[in-house]
Amino acid sequence: MAVKKFMYVNRKAPYGTIYALESLEVVLIGAAFDQDVSLAFIGDGVYELTKGQKTEAIGQKNFSPTYSALGDYDVNKIYVEKESLEERGLTLDDLQHLVWEDEDEDWAEKDSIRLVSRSELADVMAEQDICLSF
Amino acid sequence: MTLLHTVNKSPFESMSFDTCLGYAKDGSTVLLIEDGVYAATTGNSAADKIKNASGVTFAVLGPDLQARGLENKLADGIKVVDYEGFVNLVAEHDSVQSWL
Repeated sequence: MAVKKFMYVNRKAPYGTIYALESLEVVLIGAAFDQDVSLAFIGDGVYELTKGQKTEAIGQKNFSPTYSALGDYDVNKIYVEKESLEERGLTLDDLQHLVWEDEDEDWAEKDSIRLVSRSELADVMAEQDICLSF
Repeated sequence: MTLLHTVNKSPFESMSFDTCLGYAKDGSTVLLIEDGVYAATTGNSAADKIKNASGVTFAVLGPDLQARGLENKLADGIKVVDYEGFVNLVAEHDSVQSWL
C-alpha cells in the first residue's frame, strides 16, 4: 500500500464540543496504518494542547495526556499556528511539551511541536494527499 | 431588573460574547461558562472588552476554567465561582439570559 500524506486539522476547543476528542481517536486509529501523519492545531484548536487541564469538576474525561503518547505512534509532526496562539494570548510555554524518540539517532528525544506561521502551514497543507478537518 | 447573562461559546468561534456585551447593562452580571471561559483569559481581544465594560460584573465558572488548564491565565477583575456560586448568581438576579 502506497504511503499517503494525511493531515488532521484541529480547530475546536476541547470539552465544549466532542470534535477534539473525536479527532484524537481517529488519529490514534489511523496511526496503525503506517501512513505519513501530520496534525495541525489552528484557531481554538490550540486550546487542545494547553498543559494543566484538570477535568474532575466538570465530570468529563481529561484526554489531554493522550497527546503526549502520539510520539510513540510515530505521530511527531505537530504543527501549531503562531498567529492563533498570539490571538489568544498564549505562548508555547502554555502548551504541553510533546516529544518523540528518533530511532535513527539512538532514540534521541526531539520536539514534536513545530511552531509555524499561517502561510507556512498553508504550504504544508497544500502538500497533503488527504486533509481531515475537526 | 438585574439580569444574569451566561455565555458558553468561545469568543473566537462565535459572536455570542460580543452580542452579550452589547446587551449587558450596568448592574448586570456576565457569567462565562464552558467554552465561554476563554473570554476570561489575559492577552486577547476579549480581555480588553471586559476591561472596558465598567458597570458590569464578570464571573467565570471555576471548574470549566480548570478543565481547560487556564487558571493561571485568568484576567484581573473576574470573579471565580463554583457550581454553588452559579446557583447563587441565578438566585440573586431577577432573570437569566443564556447567550448560546
